[in-house]
Amino acid sequence: MKLTSKAMPASEGFKANRAAHLEALAQISAAAEAARMGGGEKSRARHEARGKMLPRRRVANLLDPGSPFLEIGATAAHDMYDNAAPCAGVIAGIGRVQGQEVMVVCNDATVKGGTYYPMTVKKHLRAQEIAEENHLPCIYLVDSGGANLPNQDEVFPDRDHFGRIFYNQARMSARGIPQIAVVMGSCTAGGAYVPAMSDVTIIVKEQGTIFLAGPPLVKAATGEVVSAEDLGGGDVHTRLSGVADYLAEDDAHALALARRAVKSLNRRKPQTVDWASPEDPAYDPEEILGVVPADLRTPYDIREVIARLVDGSRFDEFKPRFGETLVTGFAHVKGCPVGIIANNGVLFSEAAQKGAHFVELCSQRKIPLVFLQNITGFMVGRKYENEGIARHGAKMVTAVATTSVPKITMLVGGSFGAGNYGMAGRAYQPRFLWTWPNSRISVMGGEQAAGVLATVKRDGIERAGGTWSAEEEAEFKRPTLEMFERQSHPLYASARLWDDGIIDPRKSRDVLALSLSAALNAPIKDTRFGVFRM
Amino acid sequence: MFDKILIANRGEIACRVMETAQSMGVACVAVYSDADAAAKHVKMADEAVHIGGAAPADSYLKGDVIIQAALETGAQAIHPGYGFLSENPDFVEAVEAAGLVFIGPSADAIRKMGLKDAAKALMEKAGVPVVPGYHGDNQDPEHLSGAADAIGYPVLIKAVAGGGGKGMRLVEKPADFAAALDSARGEARTAFGNDAVLVEKFVAKPRHIEVQIFGDGTHAVHLFERDCSLQRRHQKVIEEAPAPGMTPEMREAMGQAGVRAAEAIGYKGAGTVEFIVDASEGLRPDRFWFMEMNTRLQVEHPVTEAITGVDLVEWQLRVAAGESLPKRQDELAINGHAFEARLYAEDVPKGFLPATGTLTHLQFPAICRADSGVRAGDTISPWYDPMIAKVIVHGPTREVALATMNRALNETQVGGTVTNLAFLGALTRHKGFAAGDVDTGLIGRDLDALVQAPIAEPRHVVAAAMTALGLTEPSDDTGFTLWVPLHRAVHVEWQDEAVDLDVQVEGPDRQLWQVGEAQVVAERRDGRWMVGGRPMPDVAVSGSTVTVFDAYGLAFEVVDPLDRDIGAAGDTNVIEAPMPGLVKAVFAEAGQAVKEGDRLATLEAMKMEHSLLAARDGVVAEVLAAAGSQVEAGAALVRLEEE
Repeated sequence: MKLTSKAMPASEGFKANRAAHLEALAQISAAAEAARMGGGEKSRARHEARGKMLPRRRVANLLDPGSPFLEIGATAAHDMYDNAAPCAGVIAGIGRVQGQEVMVVCNDATVKGGTYYPMTVKKHLRAQEIAEENHLPCIYLVDSGGANLPNQDEVFPDRDHFGRIFYNQARMSARGIPQIAVVMGSCTAGGAYVPAMSDVTIIVKEQGTIFLAGPPLVKAATGEVVSAEDLGGGDVHTRLSGVADYLAEDDAHALALARRAVKSLNRRKPQTVDWASPEDPAYDPEEILGVVPADLRTPYDIREVIARLVDGSRFDEFKPRFGETLVTGFAHVKGCPVGIIANNGVLFSEAAQKGAHFVELCSQRKIPLVFLQNITGFMVGRKYENEGIARHGAKMVTAVATTSVPKITMLVGGSFGAGNYGMAGRAYQPRFLWTWPNSRISVMGGEQAAGVLATVKRDGIERAGGTWSAEEEAEFKRPTLEMFERQSHPLYASARLWDDGIIDPRKSRDVLALSLSAALNAPIKDTRFGVFRM
Repeated sequence: MFDKILIANRGEIACRVMETAQSMGVACVAVYSDADAAAKHVKMADEAVHIGGAAPADSYLKGDVIIQAALETGAQAIHPGYGFLSENPDFVEAVEAAGLVFIGPSADAIRKMGLKDAAKALMEKAGVPVVPGYHGDNQDPEHLSGAADAIGYPVLIKAVAGGGGKGMRLVEKPADFAAALDSARGEARTAFGNDAVLVEKFVAKPRHIEVQIFGDGTHAVHLFERDCSLQRRHQKVIEEAPAPGMTPEMREAMGQAGVRAAEAIGYKGAGTVEFIVDASEGLRPDRFWFMEMNTRLQVEHPVTEAITGVDLVEWQLRVAAGESLPKRQDELAINGHAFEARLYAEDVPKGFLPATGTLTHLQFPAICRADSGVRAGDTISPWYDPMIAKVIVHGPTREVALATMNRALNETQVGGTVTNLAFLGALTRHKGFAAGDVDTGLIGRDLDALVQAPIAEPRHVVAAAMTALGLTEPSDDTGFTLWVPLHRAVHVEWQDEAVDLDVQVEGPDRQLWQVGEAQVVAERRDGRWMVGGRPMPDVAVSGSTVTVFDAYGLAFEVVDPLDRDIGAAGDTNVIEAPMPGLVKAVFAEAGQAVKEGDRLATLEAMKMEHSLLAARDGVVAEVLAAAGSQVEAGAALVRLEEE
């Protein structure tokens, strides 16, 4: 049934909300713009002077003309490493090549020679994880000096460090997920295994190099003096060593060869859901900025957002009269059927039970789930603990954790505490997790955290017979409040890849549609739930 | 009236004849060569007969086969169209001997007009003014050159059996005569099987004005004049009717002369009496001379139809069927003005070189009559005339008709081959032509300006690139990015020059293009693209060619990034043994120039004989192995000099 909005676009509140959201958006936009510029003007000019295409241009020329590009981690490593690694030095995202959705991972050699910072590794691995979960062919546009040596301890040794890249390549290849590498610059040391582990490798003549040790290391190790080109250039690898399969004249040629390689993959998207014909929402997505309050503490009806995301603003709401703080129901996003689970307040036992029920329904029917997360947590207090809210919450968490249908999470407000778990937070492995600029994420609210700490402190002082003035308490709470404020900000979160990226709320519908489409490259398996505590 | 006729022709004229015949309820039999099996005239016909190979001599010139086809299909008459057998008296006799009707004049009338010298003598006798010249039988080069001296240079050499400019040469001075004669004769021999020529005075400021006549065997009427002065190398380019600047006195005099000419030979059917007119002092009744008579329907007959309202093919059929002339002279009048432009597949900048190719796209605007023998998808083959269509327009005045022609040419869309559209368009904008100040030298004098290559504006390049990239039909998510749009490079070629473009697709309805220094915004409103602030022109794609239909059609080549030549091996200087073996023979010696692919040596190995080829063009520096020697894999056998 079609949702009816109560929003008044001419109202002061609507305008104020919009203005606040636009301000937050401008901040993200500036961060994304800075990330796009990679290593800065000088190093970009040097890169181009070598006849190389800038990395984003490489991506664009690889993709079908006009293809959407769903970028992952567009502001990764923002404000980290003294801002030395914009975009974490690697561009990743989903686009179409020959009509086939693929994951593109493109090193940015203008950022410290494309070397891998810890966040670079994390982003590369996240891109591979997305590719593996959603069966997306991977195309690596390689131009990297390998591990960033000053950070080697956080890049090399651990499970989810550098070596995992090649482990993933091998595992994906084994699962029939094509791995294609285009060597457009250095591919040194561990990096050499990206092309070597790929199914098909293309290398650019007199530009791409692949070797386990570069000329300086060779000289140091054995005294042999050899040029980079003779050691591991395109001619050597396509004619003598066989490490690469195709020799390209230049970047444009190499990307065209990669496109041709995709043409022969012989893949077809599996039949998964029953598509309907897409239809615009009855309410303009642009109005999301006005209907969502600027202040997270102001409650609002999440249906105002749903009405601006789904086809025809039609929402078949499930159990509307039960557990009302959780809104569940069926809708379509650009023709794709989805089950929506959205917060409309704090979670009570009934809401958690309803959520678990709805996840079961969607799993049975193999309908992808969309979580609109704006949650302060589960209700606390004696009444609720006594009635077993933990037991009911666990049902929802179990359902969300074990369902096999694709989950896409959108953080549209607060993400605090155990609510994050029940609403498919990062740990629950949603296929994609996107976040709005107004969102905040932390284990609890900053006020609550400071309050907990202050209560403990006050109890101690008062037990010792001392007194604690209100001023002293405020002074005590300030650093905690500040820390929570800083760390719960989406730029902080996204820099660390706790999510896949911050998005413009007005583009949520497009992002959902592209995420769903990417997710549906993998068949939907039958679900087997864990034990539900009844 | 006939029940069924056979049309012994192809292309536009075959279609033109069928159109009228079929509308009169007359069934049509087409004939076709191997090359024309799927041609438009074959599809239009009620039945069609295959008559032989692609070369005209094997098909459309085979009179006996064509007559046999008519007899077998039960056709009662044969329409010859123009060209091919249309002015062949032997064919006319054979048709009549077979008991069929030839839709056209008698063999006798054709013969009388067919040999130009005899025709002129005959005309002189009938009181029709003729140009001084030698029309005698003595074909000795010396004699002809003497005749040319007597007439006075410049002179024209023309094939006696010729027409349509074939076998015709202009000679400016005595020194050029012998070579011109040879080449005229060669062409005449090929085209007509008769290399006899005549020589005549070349009129310096000439206009070509011809009179359309129509006879019933005894009496004739004229349907006024056509001016065909816009010619390039004696090939008509744009024709019009009536002639600009024509006076009633002159029209009367020329019309009468035309009628006299027709009646003097008992002419039956449609014919054209061509005159050369000295326009140096305007059009004067004493300044026109008989040139020749074309005893057939002319290519440019539609302009006469347009101003008289007469369907000349209908008249041909009715008169051939025994009816009298449908109208008397006093029932004929001129209404308005008409132009015809001949649209050819030819490469104008390359000296009007005839072009071939498949017409991937063909569309004419409704404001013109387009007589065409081809459809989109048809091929312009090298076997026949590369005409695509005749574009005919009519208007109340010459000015209006010319403006209409300009528009019609602008809106004519041809994809898949180069055309002379831009050249025709330039002519319609020529000031002298617009003023009616025409003569047969106009095109030659202003050729450079008329054949100027069209200019592709940035918006045209963008239209081509958008089409090539499939960006004209965006989907809902076209150009989607989270924060910053992506840029991509695009390469197209314009007249063999690379043009680099950059596009930022900002969404389904907006693209930002950079063409060199120029920025072009492409925006879609209500489903229609505006490129650079103007509506996007129509575009057609065929293979790697994208034709933008503006400025008479701008053809761009889309560069395929895969189309790169990457050498298989690295070092091309040394030819090595690919495996251990016995050198059987060495064909190279030091200092020898070799071409890529030349066999330099043979090696016997693994029971096979391997040819070792030069990897590039070059000069052999040294031969490093002798025949009979056993070599290891990778042994250098021949070394080329460094490039």
